[in-house]
Amino acid sequence: MRKFSDKKSVATILRRVLKSAMALAVGAGLSLAIPAQAEVRIDITRGTVKALPIAVTHFHGLVGPEIDVGRNIAGVVSADLERSGLFRPLDKRAFIQTAASLRVRPRFSDWRVINAQALVQGNVKLQQDGRLRVEFRLWDVFSEAQMTGLAYFTEPSNWRRVAHIISDAIYKRVTGESGYFDTRIVFVAESGPLKRRIKRLAIMDQDGANHRYLTDGSNLVLTPRFSPTLQEITYLSYFNDEPRVYLFDIESGRQELLGGFRGMTFAPRFAADGKSVLMSFAKRGNSDVWRMDLSTRTATQLTRHSAIDTSPSPSPDGKQIAFNSDRGGSPQLYVMDHNGSNVRRISFARGRYSTPVWSPRGDLIAFTKQTGGKFHIGVMRPDGSGERILTESFLDEAPSWAPNGRIIMFFRQTPTDTKGKGGTTRLYSIDLTGHNLREVITPGDASDPAWSPLIP
Amino acid sequence: MSFKIISLIAATVLVAACATEPEDSGAASGQGSSSSASSSGSASNSVGSKQAMQNTQPNAPTPGSIEDLVVNVGDRVFFSFNKSDIQPDAADTLNRQAAWLKKFPNHMIVVEGHCDERGTREYNLALGERRANSVREYLISVGVAANRIATISYGKERPAVLGANDASWSQNRRGVTIVKNAGS
Repeated sequence: MRKFSDKKSVATILRRVLKSAMALAVGAGLSLAIPAQAEVRIDITRGTVKALPIAVTHFHGLVGPEIDVGRNIAGVVSADLERSGLFRPLDKRAFIQTAASLRVRPRFSDWRVINAQALVQGNVKLQQDGRLRVEFRLWDVFSEAQMTGLAYFTEPSNWRRVAHIISDAIYKRVTGESGYFDTRIVFVAESGPLKRRIKRLAIMDQDGANHRYLTDGSNLVLTPRFSPTLQEITYLSYFNDEPRVYLFDIESGRQELLGGFRGMTFAPRFAADGKSVLMSFAKRGNSDVWRMDLSTRTATQLTRHSAIDTSPSPSPDGKQIAFNSDRGGSPQLYVMDHNGSNVRRISFARGRYSTPVWSPRGDLIAFTKQTGGKFHIGVMRPDGSGERILTESFLDEAPSWAPNGRIIMFFRQTPTDTKGKGGTTRLYSIDLTGHNLREVITPGDASDPAWSPLIP
Repeated sequence: MSFKIISLIAATVLVAACATEPEDSGAASGQGSSSSASSSGSASNSVGSKQAMQNTQPNAPTPGSIEDLVVNVGDRVFFSFNKSDIQPDAADTLNRQAAWLKKFPNHMIVVEGHCDERGTREYNLALGERRANSVREYLISVGVAANRIATISYGKERPAVLGANDASWSQNRRGVTIVKNAGS
C-alpha cells in the first residue's frame, strides 16, 4: 500500500477536517494497478449507453457495526450507480465468491461467469478512536486489474457520505467525468390546497436521504438556488407580503434580506464566483435584471428595457449572462455580456422559451419551452444552435444541472380538474441524452429543485 | 373573441352558485368562496351584481366593506393570455372601483397581479407585477391618489379557479383589488 505523502493532499485533508463538521478525510490512496489494455469504460458522449454490469459486494467487516455499515455502504453505492442509468448492478444472490475471500484476491473467473464487467469490493474497520476506516477497490474483471482504490476515515454516522464519495470515484474512473453523488438538492416542498399552497424550503441528499425542512411554511417561498460555495441559498420569500430575495445560511439557519429595494425582487441566482447575486427587480411594474454585490451591497442595473427581463443565469466563466425577455413580443432566451452590454437573442424556433440555466461545463443552456400546449425541458448551445428537446408533459419547468453537467433535474406538474384533483408536483431527473427519466423521490409534492455543487 | 364566451360561462357559473348557495356570496368576507361571485366582476358585471344583490337582499353588504366592493363594484379585472393591457370591460370595472374609492377616501388598497399556470414561475411573477401595475396606473389615471395603491404580484401561485382548461385559466389571469383597511 502506498503511503499518502503528497503535501497538497495533506493540505486538502486538513482543510476538510477543519471545514467540515463531519470530519471526513481521505486517508490513503491504495495501490494503483498498471493500466490495462482494453479496460472497462463507459463512453457517455454517445446517444444511448448500454449499462455496465457491475458487481457491488457488501463491504467486509468482522464485527456487527462494521458488517452493518459495510452492507449499507454497498447498498447506497449500488443505488447511486443504478440511478445514473450507466451501470447495472448485478443481483447479489448470483455472487459466487464470498466477501471474506475477496479480501485476499478476487477470483475473476467467478465474476466473469456471472457477466460482471466491473467489481467493487471494500472493507470497513472500526478504529481505536471510534472512527471508521472504509476502503474500496474497483476491479476490471476481464483484464483482472485494479482500476482504482481509496480509503477514508470518518465518523460512523457519516457512512452515507463516504458511500456517495465512493460512487463518485467509481463513476469518474469508468466514465472519465466527475460524479455528482456527493451532492444535495434544495427544493420547495408543497402541501395544502392548490389555491393556497403551503411552500417550504427543504433540503436532502441527491438520493433523497437526510431530508429536512429549512422553513416552516408561514411565508410563501420560491426558487431556491445554491451558492457555488454551498453554505448559502438565495431564494424568494413573501415575508411581510413583500416578495423579496433573501439569503439563507444552511448551517446556521440565518435568513437575511438582500438589498433595500422598494419593490419586488425575484429570480435570484448566484454569480459563478458566488460573490454577487443576479436577480430581477420590478420597478413600477417593469422587471429588469440587476446584480447585487454581496461584499459591498451595491446594486447595479444590467438591463434597461420596458419589456420583462428575468431569470438571469451566469456562464460558469462569469463573462456572460443568459436571461429571459419578452422584448421581441413573446418570452425568448437572450445572452448578454456580464455588464449588460451586447444583448443578443439566441432562441428562434417556434414556441415560448424561459428559465435559461447555463451548464456548469459552459457548453449548453438548459431551458423551459412551451409549444403545442405542452411544456418541455431542452438544451441549446450558448449561441442558440443545436437545440434538443429532452422532455414533454403538461408542465415541465425549472431545469437545474448536476455539477458534472450530464444530468438535469426539473419539476413536473400534472393537470388539475375543476374539483382540484391532480395538480401534483414532483421532481424528475433526465440524462442529457434524453434517456433515463427518473422521479426523484421526495416525501411530498416538490418543485423548483436546485442541485448543489459537489460538497467540498 | 373567445374572451366574451368565457365571460358568459362565468356568469352562468355565478348564477348556479348563487342559486345553490345563496348565503355564501353574502357572508363571505375574504377571497375564498367569494371568488366565483366576484369572477363575474369585469365582463358580465351588470348581470352578476344584480343577481348577487337580489340574493343577498336580507343582509346587504355594508357600504365600504370588502363585500361591498366584491358584490356591488367588482373587485377584479381579467387579462388576455400573456397581456397586461386594460380591456374595455375591465376599464368599466375599474371606473366603478375609482368611484367607490372616492366615496371611501380613507381606504388603502393593494392590487394583486395574477397569472394562469401556462407560464414559468419567474416570468409569471414579472407578468403579474405588470398586470398589477396596469390596474394601478389606470386607477391613478381616473383620479385615485397614487399613494393609496400598492401592488403585489403572485404570479401563478394563487389560482382563483382550478382546472387545466381555457375557462379556468382566463379566470386566473386577473388583477384583484384588496382593501387593506376596510372598516365595517
